[in-house]
Amino acid sequence: MQYDMIMVRYGELSTKGKNRSAFIGRLNGNITKALHEYPGLTIRPKRDRLHIELNGEDSAGVMARLGQVFGIQSFSPSVKVAKDMDAVHAQVLALMAETAPQGATYKVATKRSDHSFALDTNGMNLDLGDLLTDARPDLQVKMKHPDITLRVEVRREAIYLSTTTIQGAGGLPVGTAGKAVLMLSGGIDSPVAGYLALKRGVDIEMVHFFSPPYTSDNALAKAKQLTAKLTPYVGSIKFIQVPFTEIQETVKAGVPEGYLMTIQRRFMLRLADLIAHKRNALAIFNGESVGQVASQTLESMVAINDVTTMPIIRPVATMDKNEIIKVAEDIDTYDLSIMPFEDCCTIFAPPRPKTKPNLEKARYYEQKLDIDGLIQRALDGIKITDIRSSDEFMNQEQDVIAELL
Amino acid sequence: MIYFDNSATTKALPAVLDTYRKVSEEFAGNPSSLHALGDHAYQMLEGARKQIADLIQAQPDEILFTSGGTEGDNWVIKGTAIEKRPFGKHLITTQVEHPAVINSMKQLESLGFEVTYLPVDHRGFIDPADLKQALRQDTILVSVMAVNNEVGCQQPIDAVAAILEDYPNVHFHVDAVQAIGKGLMASLRNPRVDFITFSGHKFHAPRGTGFIYAKSGKHIAPLLTGGGQEHNLRSGTENTPAIAAMAKALRILLTDEPQKVARQAAIRERIATHVQQKANVHLFSELAPDFAPHILCFAIRGVRGETIVHAFEQHEIYISTTSACSSKKGTESSTLAAMHADPKLATSAIRVSLDEYNTLAEADAFNAAFDQIYAKFGKLMPNED
Repeated sequence: MQYDMIMVRYGELSTKGKNRSAFIGRLNGNITKALHEYPGLTIRPKRDRLHIELNGEDSAGVMARLGQVFGIQSFSPSVKVAKDMDAVHAQVLALMAETAPQGATYKVATKRSDHSFALDTNGMNLDLGDLLTDARPDLQVKMKHPDITLRVEVRREAIYLSTTTIQGAGGLPVGTAGKAVLMLSGGIDSPVAGYLALKRGVDIEMVHFFSPPYTSDNALAKAKQLTAKLTPYVGSIKFIQVPFTEIQETVKAGVPEGYLMTIQRRFMLRLADLIAHKRNALAIFNGESVGQVASQTLESMVAINDVTTMPIIRPVATMDKNEIIKVAEDIDTYDLSIMPFEDCCTIFAPPRPKTKPNLEKARYYEQKLDIDGLIQRALDGIKITDIRSSDEFMNQEQDVIAELL
Repeated sequence: MIYFDNSATTKALPAVLDTYRKVSEEFAGNPSSLHALGDHAYQMLEGARKQIADLIQAQPDEILFTSGGTEGDNWVIKGTAIEKRPFGKHLITTQVEHPAVINSMKQLESLGFEVTYLPVDHRGFIDPADLKQALRQDTILVSVMAVNNEVGCQQPIDAVAAILEDYPNVHFHVDAVQAIGKGLMASLRNPRVDFITFSGHKFHAPRGTGFIYAKSGKHIAPLLTGGGQEHNLRSGTENTPAIAAMAKALRILLTDEPQKVARQAAIRERIATHVQQKANVHLFSELAPDFAPHILCFAIRGVRGETIVHAFEQHEIYISTTSACSSKKGTESSTLAAMHADPKLATSAIRVSLDEYNTLAEADAFNAAFDQIYAKFGKLMPNED
């Protein structure tokens, strides 16, 4: 069915007191960005809900996008009818024919903001109840937890009918919780961490370390593609690529094998810290999960965390691998993540990294290196790209191939 | 020129050859190479695999590329024999299979395997009850063709599949070389079917192309060992241009398949209803729903098939005696023999086989030529009474 209007209910922000208007403003902006491919829409944010008038735009496409916008609790597609009871009857029957299966239970819920309309709320409920009792004897009226709620809104300009409510993505509007950087490797965990950050309203920028020629262009393309997978929730995401070859080579040459990994990570975190400050981000997110690998034991976290005072938030810290994979599959990053390209976490990985590194030793081994110079040269080589959901990095040839096939 | 010998081979389409040439030029790397050119070719190869998988409603890793129908049949049969040898040495097929199947079976017999060849009735069909009887504890493979290449009868794949539900460990192979694009996808993709053989040049792809469907979880041993291509199951540098061309040909073939099938059936019917008015014509193919829409096999009593083929050639109409594989050897059709057709009548058999591009106008031209030929050879025929 082609709908005329979608009514959007706000999520948690209904409870946010004074910040309310800022939240609604941000959500409105995010929705507008997410729906930019549908220029015909009219979006009207109200105090407790938001109305999207479709003006003939494809409702299915709009709803698919809406389902990815954080801060929406649910939404209901509605049909607009002239304020004429014959027209209302016809449309009610059509709607119920499409959405109410044989034997379903239902109730009618009318809201009336136009108090001049001939039927009042009760009158409307009764009238439509009578209509359905005659026309659909298979349906049962049920006031508590019916299968179908037929919502009728009598407004000044028209009457709106709706029978479906679709769950939104929940969470908070992205941006309302401030900005952070996410350390994105290319594995399974960090995109999930990014998704969870976005869901809590955090606007993220990706920091990705790459080490040519030890890592291939494919690894970089993969990280960008993963970023593109998260953009539908926000519109666009900044991708910050940081050259890491010199640091890795220097650390490899100058640090005992057991501490290679710890000290490489300290460099990564230093860089993330500096980038975050420069970009006015308030925290660093990463995909660490306690105990998963040598660098993610609590001892390692102590030895690595040492280089920053910024909050490090680890959204998947206490999730099992299987739980993380489940989310990765849901957000469609899993298949990309498992593509086998070496990233900078796997090259130069020592065969026996310290699972319980000692903080003092890590500091000591590091002293011999030109930390400031290395960091500065890496910062100088940074490249920032703005990634949108329609961007293709992995399969730029797919169009050529599709053409030939 | 009218080409009615499409079951022997088809002409590669210009659009398909375009792809072949462009992929040869622009995707020239070896898909196994690590560098960008190799990756480029790999993407093309996997793109083709995915497209073919989508078209036959399978998963990409269930598609394995071959050099054609003969290799596919050989591979599934001998590959099963090698793989499942510890479980048994008995195989079942039919008397009317393509020589690629029959002779693979014969070779296995010489190596100590036992093969049951299911008989067919006078219409060319096996009886599923015979299969039920033939199945044994040590049976490892049942191989049944979907469409017979000589008379066009469609073997009861669904009935065979239903019987094999009780024998989950027996590999079920379907030779679909003549069945693709003929409206039979539902039967071919019966969930009990484990392996399917396809040949590219029967659907306007270049020669030397083909693929098998191998259901995920069902294993056959490789016949070609080497560099480990095709998941180590079929070594040899992948023929990327030909494979891409085949993927395209298959897409074109399966676009509007129902309409194409209906058109072929209409052409076949027009020819069949015309020629069978003559008293000395005998149809081996029937105008029944269990016969494929594109094959018509019939005989003119008293006139050798070869003679008829050459007579049509004079009219620039190209048909064949029975299958192209046996026709040059002048041997009697094995399918017709298995159907217990009168051997004399069988030597008179000719086959008309259609593709998606034949027209009703061509059928009319064929019928007109047929009338002339029939009149010309009247002396050779028995009296029409």
